[in-house]
This record gives sequence, structure tokens and C-alpha cells, in this order.
Amino acid sequence: MLAHVARTLVKSAVTLFVIATLVFLATRLSGNPIDFVIGEGITQEDRELLTSYYGLDASAWTQYLRFLGSFLDGQFGLSFVERRPVSEIVAERVWPSLQLLMSGIGFTLLVSIPLGIIAAIYRKSWIGSAILTFAFIGYAVPNFVLAIFMVLVFSFTLNWLPVVGSSTPWHFIMPTIALSGILVAAMTRFTRNAMLDVLSQDYMRTARAKGLPEHVVILKHGFRNASITILSVLGLQIAGLAAAGNVVIEAIFSWPGIGDLLVTAAIQRDYPVLQFAVLAVAFAVVLVNAVIDTAYAYADPRIRLGAA
Amino acid sequence: MSDAILPRQGKTAHLTRPGLAARLLSVWRDANWIQRIALLVAVLLVIAAIFAPLIAPHEPTAQSLIARLRPPVGFDRFKAGYLLGTDELGRDVLSRCIYGLQLTLTLAMLGACIGLALGGSLGLAAGIFGGVADDIIMGMVDSQIAIPFTLIALLMLAIFGSSIEVMVLILGVYGWEQYARIVRGEVRKLMQMPFIEAARAAGATGYRIAFRHVLPNIVSPLVVQFTLSISNIVLLESTLSFLGIGVQPPTATLGSMVGIGRDYMPTAPWIVVAPAVMILLVTFAVQILGDWLRDRADVRLRDR
Repeated sequence: MLAHVARTLVKSAVTLFVIATLVFLATRLSGNPIDFVIGEGITQEDRELLTSYYGLDASAWTQYLRFLGSFLDGQFGLSFVERRPVSEIVAERVWPSLQLLMSGIGFTLLVSIPLGIIAAIYRKSWIGSAILTFAFIGYAVPNFVLAIFMVLVFSFTLNWLPVVGSSTPWHFIMPTIALSGILVAAMTRFTRNAMLDVLSQDYMRTARAKGLPEHVVILKHGFRNASITILSVLGLQIAGLAAAGNVVIEAIFSWPGIGDLLVTAAIQRDYPVLQFAVLAVAFAVVLVNAVIDTAYAYADPRIRLGAA
Repeated sequence: MSDAILPRQGKTAHLTRPGLAARLLSVWRDANWIQRIALLVAVLLVIAAIFAPLIAPHEPTAQSLIARLRPPVGFDRFKAGYLLGTDELGRDVLSRCIYGLQLTLTLAMLGACIGLALGGSLGLAAGIFGGVADDIIMGMVDSQIAIPFTLIALLMLAIFGSSIEVMVLILGVYGWEQYARIVRGEVRKLMQMPFIEAARAAGATGYRIAFRHVLPNIVSPLVVQFTLSISNIVLLESTLSFLGIGVQPPTATLGSMVGIGRDYMPTAPWIVVAPAVMILLVTFAVQILGDWLRDRADVRLRDR
């Protein structure tokens, strides 16, 4: 178990290092960012002044070491646009993003796991195929298209829900559903398949032969074993899908989170903000994956008790 | 070469593969009605995209100030000749949808081909050479899986600017790790097979083994992945264009049409609805066909 945790940590650290280096290379390869941001109409002196102000006049190696050092002292530079510390700008955005993400993942689990279990139990009847069709359709609907149609119907036609902002619980409904659409579809399919694998096992027949009530057989013997597979998928798929979904959904609903910040920074070419926000999200995704990987190892007695 | 020990053609008529038409017919008979509709929709969309200049009633960028924001057929103020209405500059929505579809599908095909070539050759190299090459390539795959691709796309677009070339590059890189993983896995499995050993014993070079013996055996999982990746690429492209950082106006893809039409939603919803429905048609058709191909390729999934 300890060895497994150590290996996971090392792997995560290597991944983060690779990502950080790539981000650094990408932003530096494209030349002096000052030229992009300020553009023309700037004197040579001002250009040099700005270049040295943002520390862009040092050699590539010095800049790279300084960049890596910024992870240790927490100084990630100033935003080109807002002239404020990047870490401050990103920090303000974390909580709204987290709220939306938790709301989305909570909704996903609440809907997809029961649906997946039911679809597995009734796989031969119309209920099973109805759920499967629903999941299939959901998987093919891009989340921004879902969001647009919801806004058209519930905001502009029926006037039920607000479009922009995040202040009341009503504001959460459409972004949460739009964010969860593809996740619900994917998780329903995964839950169903994981349950199908488990339901055909011999120990399920044994549990029934013992005379246990059906819901105990399904939930305790079936779902608990399937949950290990579901857990691993949750980490691998959800973290990535949710991070990508957050970008679009936040931009549509003007949600004051990191996704909205990423898009704005990309349009304004605010490199320090973009760089730090990308790293922050990547860090979060890698961290979540590491935690889930560890939980996965803990849930599997072969790894927890074994030497591996 | 070894033809001499095989029975001559003609005597083995029952063993030869049926013609293309017969095979297509049997595929059609196997399909259920959803799959048939998806196939028809896909064929229609591809035809519309290829023959866009012939089909589209107007130039996609032709503006008409007197025919601005006209609704589609069947509504008040409909203007003849503009079936799906016009946008804020008086451009024909139907024509723009058809040209947008053309660009979207072209970008998706280019992206999928580049991804297949890039990921496939890396996976082939990792599987055949093993050792250090395998470690490095699979390490790259792991890193790629760990970071959401949308972030990379945003970064690349901010750095290199938004242009068609950059979009092709981004869409091409997208999904390479899936191909690499599939190809490597299949290759490692195949390399244990006796016929590879036989080829090697016969003096075949690594290059020959890779392309003549291994590659033909991994075609079917690759075709499935290729089809499904087109749907993902369409999604990524339309998402980026929707956000205003992908393909730039006046060139339109389906995604950027939805993105720009968003501002006119309360008064002229058809500007958004038409391209959005078009995107749905594309993703539905591709997903259904991809799933169908996977079922046909994988016997283990037949019962599900």
C-alpha cells in the first residue's frame, strides 16, 4: 500500500513537472509577449522597460529556473491586463468554480448511479433500453448546445430562470444541468456496464441462494463490487471532462470561475494569468486523479494488503 | 511466393469474399432503424458538405441590408428564397449552415487523420521497439491523459493566434494518446503471436513486420477509434469556435455561428437553432455509426 502511494506521488510529480515545463516553453517560444499585448505604438525604451519589469530580459534558463522557483515562494507574477498578482486573480475564481463543479458532480452521481443500476437489472426490458438510449443521446449533445437550448426555453420563452450570474440557487440549475449532461450519460453507461459484469458473477448467485433479499444482493454484493470500477472511471473521466465543461459553461453563463477566466485570458493574451490558471487546473486534476488512484488502491484488498 | 501451395482461384469460389455491393447490402440488412437513419443522415451531410457551392442558394457571406433578421419559412415576415431565415447582416442562414458544415467536417477529417498518423506511429514504435522508447512514449501518453485538452487548446490559441492552420494543428494533436494506447496494446499482443516469429525467422525487417504483418491486424480497432474521434473533434472545434477563440469571422463553422448568434437569441432564435441542430445531426450520426462499428468489431459486446 505504501509503495503504491509513493509510486502514485512520484508519477503525479513527474506529470506536473512535464506540464509546467511545456507551459513555460509554449509561452516563451512565441517571442516577447509584450509585443502581442501592447502591440504597436510603443517606443523602444518603453518596450525594454516593460520587458525588464516583467523579467523577460533574463536568459531562457534563468527565466525557467525563476519560473520553477515561483512554485516554492508563491510569486507568480503580475497580470498584463489587471496589473495585480496572478495568484490573487485566480484565487478569487476558485470558490465559484468549485461550487459549480461540486453541484455538477453531485447531480451526476445522484442521477447516473441509480439509472445505471436500474438499466443493468432491467437490461432485457424496455426500461433498460430506454435508459441506454437516453444515455446515448445525452453523450452526443455538446454541452454548449444543451446550454443554449435551455436558455432559449427556460429564460427567453418561459422566463423561469436567470441567465447570467451565480448569486441565488436558481442560478445553479441551468449551469449544473448543462455541465452534467455528458457526465450523466457517460457515468450511466459505465455504471450499467460495471453492474452487468458484477451481476453475472458466481457470488451473486450464492448471495441469492443464501436467501438474502434482492435489494441487499444488488446493493451490498453487487454495487459495492462495481463501485471500485465506477470510482476509477470517476477519477479518470470526470476530472478531465468536468474541467473542460467548466470552461464552456462558465463562459456561457458568465459564471465568475476559473473557466471564464481562462477564456478571457486567452482572448486578451494575458499570459501570466493564462499560465497560472492552466497550471492551477492541471494541478487540481492531477491531485484528484492521485487521490482517486489511492482510494482505488485502498478499496482493492489485493493492493491494500499485498506487497505491490 | 507461397501462392503455389494455396489452391488456385476459381476452385475456391465459395471462399472468395463477396463483392462490395453485396457486402454493403448485408451491412444494411444487419442495421436497425436507428442505424439506418444515422447512415442516411451521414451520407446526406457529407454530400451537402462536398457539393456546398451547388446546393447553397446564396453566397455564405453575401449581405443584404433589406433582408436582415428575417425568420424561417412559415413565420411572419418570411422572405422568399431564405428558407431558414437571415442573420443580423442579412446573410442566408441555410447557406451559412451548409458552408459551416463543410468547414467543420473538413477540419474534423484533417484532425482525425493527423491524430491517427501521429498517435498510430508513436504507438507502433512503442509496441515494436519496447524498452526506453516505450517508457518515454507511454510517459507522454500518461501526461496527456492527466491534463484536460481544452487547456492545451486555449494555451496554443492564445500563443499562436486563431487561424485555420492552428486549429488543424490543435485538432490533429487532440486524441493522439488514444491511438497510441490502442496501437501499442494491440501490437504488444500481436508480437507474441507465432506468425510474427515466423516472419522474423524468415528474415523480415522490423519495418516490414510493422507495416505488412502488424498493421493489417489492428485496422478494425483503429477504424472504430477514428470514427468516434471525429465526433470528439467536431465537439472540440465547435466549442472553441463557439467561445470566439477558434475559427474567426467572416469564415463560419457551425460552432462560431452558434456563438455569434447567441447575442440575437431573444429576438432571432433561428440564427442559433439552425447551426445547433446541424451540430447535433453530425454528432448523433457519427456516434451511432461509431458505436455500431464497435459492436461489429467486438464480438464480446454483442450481447449487450
